[in-house]
Amino acid sequence: MQNPYEPYPIRIDKIIDAVEDKSLKTFKFVFLNPEDEEKFSYTAGQFAELSIAGVGEIPIGIASSPTEKGFVMFTVFKTGKVTSHLHSMKEGDIMGIRGPLGNSYPWDLLYGKNVLIIGGGFAFTTLRSSIVYMLDPKNRSKFNDIHVVYGARSPGMLLYKEELAAWEARDDIHMNITVDATDDPDWKYNTGFVPTITEQKAPSASDDTYAIICGPPIMIKFTQPVLENMGYPHDHIIMSLENRMKCGVGLCGRCGIGKELVCKDGPVFTLADLNKTPREY
Amino acid sequence: MKIIKIDKKDWAGGLKKSENSYRLMGPVKGGNRLTSEFRVLEKGQVPDLSLSDALLSPKSIVFPQSESMFKYTTDENSDDVNILKRPEKEYPLTAVVGIRPYDAAAFLILKKNFDTKEYRDPYWMDAYESCVFVGLAVNEPSSTDFSASVNSGPFAEAGLDVLLADDGDVFLAKTLTDKGAAWLKAAGWENEADLAHASKRIEEMKAAAEKKIASTISFENIPNKSIMELYNADFWNDAAFSCINCGTCAYLCPTCWCFDIQDENHGKSGSRNKLWDSCMFPLFTLHGSGHNPRDTKTMRVRQRFMHKLKYYPDKYEDGPMCVGCGRCVRFCPVNIDIRKICEQMNSYKAC
Repeated sequence: MQNPYEPYPIRIDKIIDAVEDKSLKTFKFVFLNPEDEEKFSYTAGQFAELSIAGVGEIPIGIASSPTEKGFVMFTVFKTGKVTSHLHSMKEGDIMGIRGPLGNSYPWDLLYGKNVLIIGGGFAFTTLRSSIVYMLDPKNRSKFNDIHVVYGARSPGMLLYKEELAAWEARDDIHMNITVDATDDPDWKYNTGFVPTITEQKAPSASDDTYAIICGPPIMIKFTQPVLENMGYPHDHIIMSLENRMKCGVGLCGRCGIGKELVCKDGPVFTLADLNKTPREY
Repeated sequence: MKIIKIDKKDWAGGLKKSENSYRLMGPVKGGNRLTSEFRVLEKGQVPDLSLSDALLSPKSIVFPQSESMFKYTTDENSDDVNILKRPEKEYPLTAVVGIRPYDAAAFLILKKNFDTKEYRDPYWMDAYESCVFVGLAVNEPSSTDFSASVNSGPFAEAGLDVLLADDGDVFLAKTLTDKGAAWLKAAGWENEADLAHASKRIEEMKAAAEKKIASTISFENIPNKSIMELYNADFWNDAAFSCINCGTCAYLCPTCWCFDIQDENHGKSGSRNKLWDSCMFPLFTLHGSGHNPRDTKTMRVRQRFMHKLKYYPDKYEDGPMCVGCGRCVRFCPVNIDIRKICEQMNSYKAC
């Protein structure tokens, strides 16, 4: 069996400023050994440990979609030691990646269903992966209606703006982009917090409709009651958690919430799962 | 199964003979003379079996307090810049002589964590698989030994390759595995005792030792209570009141497995290390954002006991993550006692 702590070597192929305040950068990586890309076969909703020799590792959700080949993509918020170092690296630098890690969004369950995606701020990365995956011509017919509510503080803080605009133009996905506030006279989408826009725009609950929520704690806190009032049962509300991690493979014991390990049993749980476990995340 | 009779006069000689094909580890005084621990023995050194209840559990044989997982260079001029490589390390065949049955049982609990169907920790596995565990049965259990109530016991055999029973002038060595038999053979001990007679003698010693166990715990009701019921129980603040979050319990515990991973640099070269860690420490769960999901000591104390007595048994459908060695009870500086907390959990009824 492979050493689960050993990263695949990767090269930073491209670095893109993702938002106007430069707190987020998008990194495209290519594998130094093409066979490692084969081994790194992932599903939307999984994460990886980005590894920088001499600095450490950091668990980050995979923002590229399994349908996109030749690279893997991550959008990283500059916050701690490793992410700050990563923000100072340059194209061509060599680092490492371990994964894919964790479960993913429950795709087997979602086939044939309506999917409501609710995202806020920079927690839109694995949701971007999911949308690109679902909209792929080979996959779109596997899903019924797809709704998206995505909000950020301001237009300049929205991730993946060009893709958002392209999805807005399509008729096989219902986009509801929103910002908390803006003084941009040309802003043509919604204004308001994510819970409010969810209440106004989200599809009504049904056995065949699942909501995936990913966002800051405050957004989740106020969106959950909105979905409950709309009649979404707890096993139809899917969430992706973050916790401090080291090994990422269920061995170091750090990210436990009750008997579940966020890294290995998660990071994706239904609200029904989370009701049975301490909310230590 | 065979029982070999080892005359204590032949003990040192046999150990020395086995050194031709085995590295020996055993209990010795620690560097500062205050502690006792399991270490690699010098050639000809005889383990001090009076220290088998070693202060520091033998888990470090397989799971060192710090261990290099990878070496690397950050020198841009090197072809291997930023590439991590596992350091060369020998894992010689090692006989761990004088380990207590409860400490051997602890390795089986650790193995459930480090050897899973999805992932295997190669550092832990390589070290574990190179060991032959030669146990020393407990004739005189300490007042804090509650091993008999947590799937171990003074003469328990799980996780051992040989069980030595100290019977005055002789050791009766019960061979439990082929690995154990091979070590006994390498030591030149081949004097087979009459099986029926020696088995009876071991049973007598076992019964006498079990009778001396003064300390027990009960956990039979814990599986029937939900995680949230126990998590929200009213006794955690009181249980944690005196705790100073020193982590002694976790560091002495033979079954605590949580670890950290950190890079340590010397100029342009460095090592990615695996280091013991503990849920008692606030940094253990501190997010990069500053948010800490277990930011009070009550939450951390609860985590330790819930993990041992509820989360682990539920997750692995096993008994508690505890072998009853009693170290945490003896060495907690503020007298927190897992036996008492287990009893509170076991008898808890939410009102």
